[in-house]
Amino acid sequence: MTVGGALILLLVLALTAYALLAAPETRGWLGSRRTILWGGIAFPTVTVTALLIYGLLVARGIVTPAVGEDVQRVEVVGEQFWWRVRYLDDDGRVLFETANELHLPVGRTVELALTSADVIHSFWVPALAGKLDMIPGRTNILRLRAERAGVYRGQCTEFCGVQHARMAFHAVALEAEAYDAWLREASGPAVEPATSGLREGRERFLQLGCGACHAVRGTGAAGVLGPDLTRIGSRQSLGAGMMPVTAENLAAWIADSQHLKPGNLMPPFDMLPDGEAQAIARYLESLK
Amino acid sequence: MSFPNPTPRPEGELEQLKRIWRPPSGLGFLTVVNNTYIGLFYVGAAVMFFVLAGILALIMRTQLAVPDNDLVSDGLYNQLFTMHGTMMMFLFAVPAVEAMGVYLLPNMLAARDLPFPRLSAFAFWAYLIGGSVFFLSIFWGLAPDGGWFMYPPLTSIEYSPADNADFWLLGIGFIEISAIAGAIEIVCGVLLTRAPGMSLDKMPVYAWAMLVFAGMIIFAFPAVILATLLLELERAFGWPFFIPGQGGDPLLWQHLFWFFGHPEVYIIFLPAAGMVSMIVPTIAQKPLVGYRLVVLAVIGTGVLSFGLWVHHMFATGLPQLSLSFFSAASMAVAIPSGIQIFAWIATIASGKVRLTTPSLFILGFLFIFTIGGLTGVMVAMVPFDWQAHDTYFIVAHLHYVLIGGMVFPLFAAFYYWVPVASRRALSEKVGRWVFGLMFVGVNVAFFPMHITGLIGMPRRVSTYPADLGWGDLNMVSTIGAYLIGAGVLLFLIDVARNFRITSADNAGNVWNAPTLEWLPNDNYATRSIPIVASRDPLWDQPGLAEDVEAGRYYLPNAPTGYRETIVTSPVTAEPRYIVQIPGPGWFHVLAAAFTAACFLLLTVKLVTPAIICGVLAVFFVLAWAWQLDPGPTHPPVDIGGGLKLPVYKTGSGSHSWWATICFLLVAGTTFLCMIFSYLFLWLSNVGDWPPAGTALPALSWASGSAALYLASALLAWGASRTLAAGRLWTSQGLLLLGALPALCGALGVDGWGFWQAGLRPQDHAYGAAVYTILCLTGVFAFTLAIFTPFLTLRAAFGRLDTARRASFDVGLLLFYYTAGQALVGLLLTHGFPRAVG
Repeated sequence: MTVGGALILLLVLALTAYALLAAPETRGWLGSRRTILWGGIAFPTVTVTALLIYGLLVARGIVTPAVGEDVQRVEVVGEQFWWRVRYLDDDGRVLFETANELHLPVGRTVELALTSADVIHSFWVPALAGKLDMIPGRTNILRLRAERAGVYRGQCTEFCGVQHARMAFHAVALEAEAYDAWLREASGPAVEPATSGLREGRERFLQLGCGACHAVRGTGAAGVLGPDLTRIGSRQSLGAGMMPVTAENLAAWIADSQHLKPGNLMPPFDMLPDGEAQAIARYLESLK
Repeated sequence: MSFPNPTPRPEGELEQLKRIWRPPSGLGFLTVVNNTYIGLFYVGAAVMFFVLAGILALIMRTQLAVPDNDLVSDGLYNQLFTMHGTMMMFLFAVPAVEAMGVYLLPNMLAARDLPFPRLSAFAFWAYLIGGSVFFLSIFWGLAPDGGWFMYPPLTSIEYSPADNADFWLLGIGFIEISAIAGAIEIVCGVLLTRAPGMSLDKMPVYAWAMLVFAGMIIFAFPAVILATLLLELERAFGWPFFIPGQGGDPLLWQHLFWFFGHPEVYIIFLPAAGMVSMIVPTIAQKPLVGYRLVVLAVIGTGVLSFGLWVHHMFATGLPQLSLSFFSAASMAVAIPSGIQIFAWIATIASGKVRLTTPSLFILGFLFIFTIGGLTGVMVAMVPFDWQAHDTYFIVAHLHYVLIGGMVFPLFAAFYYWVPVASRRALSEKVGRWVFGLMFVGVNVAFFPMHITGLIGMPRRVSTYPADLGWGDLNMVSTIGAYLIGAGVLLFLIDVARNFRITSADNAGNVWNAPTLEWLPNDNYATRSIPIVASRDPLWDQPGLAEDVEAGRYYLPNAPTGYRETIVTSPVTAEPRYIVQIPGPGWFHVLAAAFTAACFLLLTVKLVTPAIICGVLAVFFVLAWAWQLDPGPTHPPVDIGGGLKLPVYKTGSGSHSWWATICFLLVAGTTFLCMIFSYLFLWLSNVGDWPPAGTALPALSWASGSAALYLASALLAWGASRTLAAGRLWTSQGLLLLGALPALCGALGVDGWGFWQAGLRPQDHAYGAAVYTILCLTGVFAFTLAIFTPFLTLRAAFGRLDTARRASFDVGLLLFYYTAGQALVGLLLTHGFPRAVG
């Protein structure tokens, strides 16, 4: 298509140059109605019709599951400015929830049910498929199939408010065995803290009321407003694609996420005594 | 050859023309209405907004030059791109082409002025005041930040509680009204004030393009006006049109917005293409090849453009079949565009082009616009669009289309037509630099964006991470943007150095152009109004300029002693009557100022001052209307060649009748869009319409209301008949004491029926839609409640009688229309739920 477009551009340019520069007696044939009939009507009619047919054929080739294929179903909900990801069983019940990361098995069709909790977002992993809008009150179905293992970046492509620029995520394609292993781990409770320092961090996390908004399965924290943190330490990024998950970044986020990502829903905790944010951060970082 | 009028002309005739058409001086200059002044102010204001919106773009490009930049905050960036898009569309592109029309059309058609000069002056002032305050909102952080497309629910009150979104809805809604006023003016001007003999098939392509442009505004803008109204009703009063939990649907906004938004692109492009079709023959010194095909292409583009809107919504999850339809329609536009491009190439080939500045801009336009068109065909391919949509590929595509398709032709037009308006032409030497900088700048800025988009950079992001490798391409784009800025700056310097506004001693026909705007000019336009016998009159009718200037053609004088021009028949342009045109005045200026103030005060929720300004605006509109409709002040006058024309005309075919019909087309289209909205909301709530727990009023309410609506139309008809029979006060009685109360009563019965049934507009989209349909009729009832007593007052002061009834006829049409719209509304709100339930 690009090559065709470039050729048409060259043709138009060449004709224009010819019309401008050729000797009057040689360019005369171009200066008639015939030019318009052939160049302006016949030519675009033929090319556009061909292109349209080609387009319809390509559109038909969009991913469809094979007969009897075991399709993995996932619900993805766009929220200002992050992604809620829920893995579903065959009956559509929620198996478990995670955030800002989509794991998918290589070679198998994944069916995403896309919707939104607030404003319109759009789901796009350029390397895997075209984009599809996430519209409140509607559910759009997008089918993906990763052919190679790897980490693919995705980003919101419908302007959704002040932090639209920082609403990214990662799609992690795993080979079948690795995927099954991940699925088992991801659906279980959070790991128990191994050291007293980490236990202390968990205590502070729960006492401060972080669980009002966040869930860490297996603890008392079961909030639903913010992202699920059960395995936050294993994720590709913090803040929906903003930065790597390190204890340092987590502590900075807890202390003042409004400075890092103004307009997200989390209030700043800059009043915490020294070391407290770091303790919580180390605990969260250990949740793998 | 014999001319309509003998020479030499009588002593004092020219002086009288000059005196009558002279613009006021001093502070009174603000009241000027001559199209040659209002048109230029209008163009100047549009260029000012172009520069301001361009500066916003440069700030954005600076922010994006390097990754992770923090030059501007995320919130400010969102205001910047919202304002850039909104201003370029609503404050630059549409007004600029409309302004060029106001300036050029009367000259090109050899009319002395547009038929409603105060209306265009009103449109200009409303636009200048409203647009300026809208722009200034960014300095208070109040500028809209939801994108120029303003998608709810992001722009609903829950997610945008501040006044920013209201600035968009009220500010832009208001400027749209100004655009519609201009469009009505242009339709009437093109159809009714052409030079005798300039039948439709001899009309310049530019006038065709402007006619189609104005028609498209009339049919496209109502959709966005309705959309802004619905969203503002939702924000201000909680009528949930777009809130899914209450039966609303966010996609309704997208359909309405793009039903306007896509024709909008061609609304901008067609006038520019019309300009190109005027300039190309001149630079080639040959008539346009394929005139009829080009005119057909212009009309075809206008029609097709209404079938494309869904290609902005390919990624919303609509069914594949409907996508294929809109994909095909989008690609079909390539054909009329192709016709025009090859017509220009053929014209260039048939002549010998000198590479002047206008020629360079035309060639630049061909190059840039062709690229934009080709990428347009690419994104019309649904699977490609799923990748490219909302990425920088689209940013590249739309700037190639709009800069190529509109800005370059406009700059060609500036360099080409300045000698008509100015004592000196612009500098050819500087012009080449302006062209060079802009041409290189556009390609350096926007070509790389195709790639930036294809490697994954979305639009409307305030920054991007460094590790994605988008930095270098963005830096190149930023450099290009500054090159464009330098080109525009150089253009402004050229204008400052060479542009000297004049109406009498302009630089003249420097390009040897063939059309009438190049005739010798003054405030009164041409000395006499020529008979046109060719599409290229100045080439094919030797001596035309001298004969026109000597006063040998029609109307070389001012026989009634007022400003006047010839109204000709729409198709064949035969002289019909002389219209007396209003001159300078304060009322339309004050009406514009208070209308703007009313809207802007509403935006910041200062309701009481807003109402005061609204009342003042209505008062000044009425004061302005009081002076119109002069009646047969003078017996028929001789315009030369034995033609005696009446100086006043009423009924169908008069210019006020045409203007009212155009306005009613706007109103009817708005109502159709509301019907669409009602049905669309039903589709989102099938089986629950009206929603459970809501009862429909008994049919007796509907039939009672319908009877009263019919009675109001019949009484208005009776008023018209009795007026024609000379019974002025019976007529007034029927209208004021019969038709008006019947209309208001009908509306009251209709509304009360729903209210007493328990329906409330805040509960569900169903109720919101029903009450909005009632409100749309209410607007007309309210207008007539003011206008009918106004007519009675005119009757009392001898300004309305059997002969002098143009303003009465306007009221009559409004009564008929209101009753018709209301009856359709009744059928929909009472009949439809019963039919589907």
